[in-house]
Amino acid sequence: MTTMRQAFVKTVNDEIAADPRIAVVTAVISSNEFPQENERVVDVGIREQTMVGVASGLALAGLRPVVHSYAPFLVERPYEQIKLDIGHQDVGAVFVSIGASYDDPAWGRTHQAPADVALFDTLPGWTVHVPGHPDEVVPLLRQALKDENRVYMRLSLHENTRPHPVGEGFTTLKHGKRGVVLAVGPMLDRVLAAVEREKADVTVLYATTIRPFDSDGLRKAVQDTDHADVMVVEPYLEGTSSHQISETLQHIPHRVRSIGVKRHAELRNYGTAEDHDSAHDLDVVGLGSAVRSFFRG
Amino acid sequence: MQRIPELFARMTGDEKHEWAAASTIDVLWVLYDKVLNVTPATVDDPDRDRFLLSKGHGPMAYYAVLAEKGFIQESILDGWTSWDSPLGQHPDRVLVRGAEISSGSLGHGLPIAVGTAIGQRIAGSRGRTFVLVGDGELDEGSNHEAIAVAARRGVSNLTTIVVDNQSAMYGWPGGIARRFAVEGWQTAEVDGRDHEAIFTTLTAPHDRPYAVVAKVERSC
Repeated sequence: MTTMRQAFVKTVNDEIAADPRIAVVTAVISSNEFPQENERVVDVGIREQTMVGVASGLALAGLRPVVHSYAPFLVERPYEQIKLDIGHQDVGAVFVSIGASYDDPAWGRTHQAPADVALFDTLPGWTVHVPGHPDEVVPLLRQALKDENRVYMRLSLHENTRPHPVGEGFTTLKHGKRGVVLAVGPMLDRVLAAVEREKADVTVLYATTIRPFDSDGLRKAVQDTDHADVMVVEPYLEGTSSHQISETLQHIPHRVRSIGVKRHAELRNYGTAEDHDSAHDLDVVGLGSAVRSFFRG
Repeated sequence: MQRIPELFARMTGDEKHEWAAASTIDVLWVLYDKVLNVTPATVDDPDRDRFLLSKGHGPMAYYAVLAEKGFIQESILDGWTSWDSPLGQHPDRVLVRGAEISSGSLGHGLPIAVGTAIGQRIAGSRGRTFVLVGDGELDEGSNHEAIAVAARRGVSNLTTIVVDNQSAMYGWPGGIARRFAVEGWQTAEVDGRDHEAIFTTLTAPHDRPYAVVAKVERSC
């Protein structure tokens, strides 16, 4: 079986051979997956600030850099480089992370990055993809490699059992009248199971692209229901997209329930990703409970 | 160079000697007057030399030189730092024609310069990259990441100019050039006020990345 990371590596290696604009910049992690003999593949050692700076310089010289590392070291450690060397220089790049919120929880807090999407959300002009299946990675990445914009793609070991067609907006997977649930990337299967379990009569939207936020798609979905009640389920920091929902529905009274990785505690537990899902109420039981209480009456 | 004091005064008022105190003015002048293969007509030419002002703080000397060389209009110097002026206390490449990077936060220019120099090589270009940093700026660890990477990857079309006015909080025992030399850079030291010496040093041949420490009087 192919993982999202394998799909990413294969797509980049296919495209780098065909497109002389593409470059890859890494800081050791995954570097053995890319052809180091290619002069457009640059590994800088364990130096994330310079990884982003070099990517900026390559972009200024007309290349399309793919920048890749484990999420905390790609996004959090060189955050100012992302802000200034990419955004403020007004260049494009494709940032691709692995590790997600807690893909490898035995490694502890140092290797968890639930805040990654929230951090990109502080910076203008970034497209953020959160694929839920390896087959969704390929078309999203191919398009990103062709474009000139700023793209963040968040890969995870968590995935849904089957892929869905990817587009710019949200995909409607189920129609209902009681409200709308927006499931982002790998949360989809669990959201569908929770909705099924609670027999909730809700519309389910699926997003693999969360920035730009598909306000029109959400507004239309809400118009087709009897209640302007929106639950958003994200595999990263809870509330990351709630401001977008409030902005989208500002013209009507509405309710919002934001679900994601909880902000309240510095969890000092190892265990499995499933343990962490339970701790954050992101398993089917936790999500079912949230669906039941939010869409009551 | 004769017009620099006048251009400076359009930004700073009529203080006669302020321009001469700018630590970077002589290096900037020699670069744009004699070294860099870039003109207002070639600012978008892929084969141009790229000059990255990493030490973006105190950019009056930079703006004055860009104006004198015709990259920007002299008249925009007058309203600098006002709401709709393209010229701020830190340069913005989107607003200033000829400015290769936006800078101000220290420690960003050298890593970016490693990237532009590698990019020039990938493109098969004759273009070179020059980056100017301050000795105080070298405190930022990101520079030391880039110093190691540039040498190890043999980025020989890169020149770093360190303007040394001894402003680093804890100094650099053994000298700044050694920090580069130990990583494999070719290095040189030069009087940062001596135009002839600056020119000769900056144009010396090098087959490795090249660090030129331009010493000027201590800042007050």
